[in-house]
Amino acid sequence: MLCQECGNKPATLHFTKIVSGEKTEFHICESCAREKGEMIPGVSGGFSIHSLLSGLIDFDTANKIKSGVGKDIQPLRCEDCGMTYSQFSKAGRFGCSSCYKYFNTRLDPLFKRVHGSTSHVGKVPIRGGAQIQVKRRLQDMKNELQLRIAQEEFEEAATLRDQIRELEKGSIEQ
Amino acid sequence: MPNLRFTEKALSDWMLGNANDSDIAISSRVRVARNLQHIPFPLLATSEQSMEVLDRLSDMEKYDSLKSLGTFYMLPLDDIAPLDRKVLVEKHLISPSLANESEHGAVILSEDESISIMINEEDHLRIQCLYPGFQVREAWEKATVIDDIFEAHIDYAFDDTRGYLTSCPTNVGTGLRASVMMHLPALVMTQQINRILSAVSQVGLTVRGIYGEGSEAVGNIFQISNQITLGQTESEIIDNLHSVVLQIIEHEKNARERLLKESKLRMTDRVRRSYGILSYAEMLDSKEAAQRLSDVRLGMDLGIIEGTSTSVMNELNVMTQPGFLQKTFGEAMNTEERDVYRAKLIREKLSPQQH
Repeated sequence: MLCQECGNKPATLHFTKIVSGEKTEFHICESCAREKGEMIPGVSGGFSIHSLLSGLIDFDTANKIKSGVGKDIQPLRCEDCGMTYSQFSKAGRFGCSSCYKYFNTRLDPLFKRVHGSTSHVGKVPIRGGAQIQVKRRLQDMKNELQLRIAQEEFEEAATLRDQIRELEKGSIEQ
Repeated sequence: MPNLRFTEKALSDWMLGNANDSDIAISSRVRVARNLQHIPFPLLATSEQSMEVLDRLSDMEKYDSLKSLGTFYMLPLDDIAPLDRKVLVEKHLISPSLANESEHGAVILSEDESISIMINEEDHLRIQCLYPGFQVREAWEKATVIDDIFEAHIDYAFDDTRGYLTSCPTNVGTGLRASVMMHLPALVMTQQINRILSAVSQVGLTVRGIYGEGSEAVGNIFQISNQITLGQTESEIIDNLHSVVLQIIEHEKNARERLLKESKLRMTDRVRRSYGILSYAEMLDSKEAAQRLSDVRLGMDLGIIEGTSTSVMNELNVMTQPGFLQKTFGEAMNTEERDVYRAKLIREKLSPQQH
């Protein structure tokens, strides 16, 4: 098997990453691994989460370019802090919160790999988060409405429907 | 020096509390990562920007409601001597990266050392709550209260879809890392540990050595924590960790019972030998000390050894670390001297007149 980075030398390092049951394999040669500054597991120097991450981000881009998907990619840059996507892929860390916005199109696969998911469903700040809270509550109520209808509990469903209308009116007026 | 009180004693007051299952789950910790809006993360922030973050987050008058949780001390890292920083890391009160790499870093510590609020670490704000034993839910409840106190005055970097925005993609979403430190000698002895640890990683949890990323598990102490921070609610994350830790506790208990039943003589011999070595050795390297302390802790839990206590064991785990040894004996030591002092310290702590 040839190195999936340079495509010339035989791949001697094989990584397998399993996140939420999803298996991803990397095969690279030693000189590419060294060039990329990757630390090799089991060899001295330890193995940090950032080096592993930067590997994941890099491989992702490399695969896209090779498969022709990313041919028209301009160098992506965060307009607020100036960090480029390639700097991000090396550091494994964002420069500022706006990086999330400017790199957004490339982040779903990364988050999917690391977390198995792409959207936040947890806590929301109390101030400034009111709209999100209402949106989430509405969604919960709509789900429950569907359930009530399916279970033919029409009286409860009607009450819920009215509550949803009230809440929607309120949130639109806000 | 304002920080001395935090580096004088090895054992934090919070460790003294009694808790369920504290023979196996030593302590529970929750960390919440947050950032301020419109300021680059510490990785890229200029000195002025880091200073601004520090000013805004360390204004103790603004965060007056923290007082309801106890007395707090604000300690800028620049005022803390390198050796004291090392001791704070060994006590898990600050992270190695705050101690070594942070610009305008600071830590706000509660008097009993159960709450540590780090400023300008990898993220602008990291709130950490520590509890003895298996109390990961309690730790999260406290952390979220503190989070709300800061959020009442600070606009956090938050996105509808991605949640709380953090410097590292592995923390985005909830910014929550919950972990339980576990002493699992019987699972190691019965060679079940690898099977259990690989099962743990299948359900979105991860296992590390006690001093965090990259360190090996010494003295049979493992830290189990959540790996996923995005796409799950905080309570799902905590519940998941909770149920897995409960199962590991069960497995460890069963393994201990089996060892006692099937090889009591061998176990007793091993534990007493370790106790003997710790009580009389002239030199002890850190690896051997950790392993022998693990044996003695197990012996105590099983009633084989009397006359010492869990808190002495917890204390020794911190006191035998390099930073604390240097702090106690007041000089820069080479490895051999460290081994001598380590043995002396353990002998003194285990000698009967101490109790």
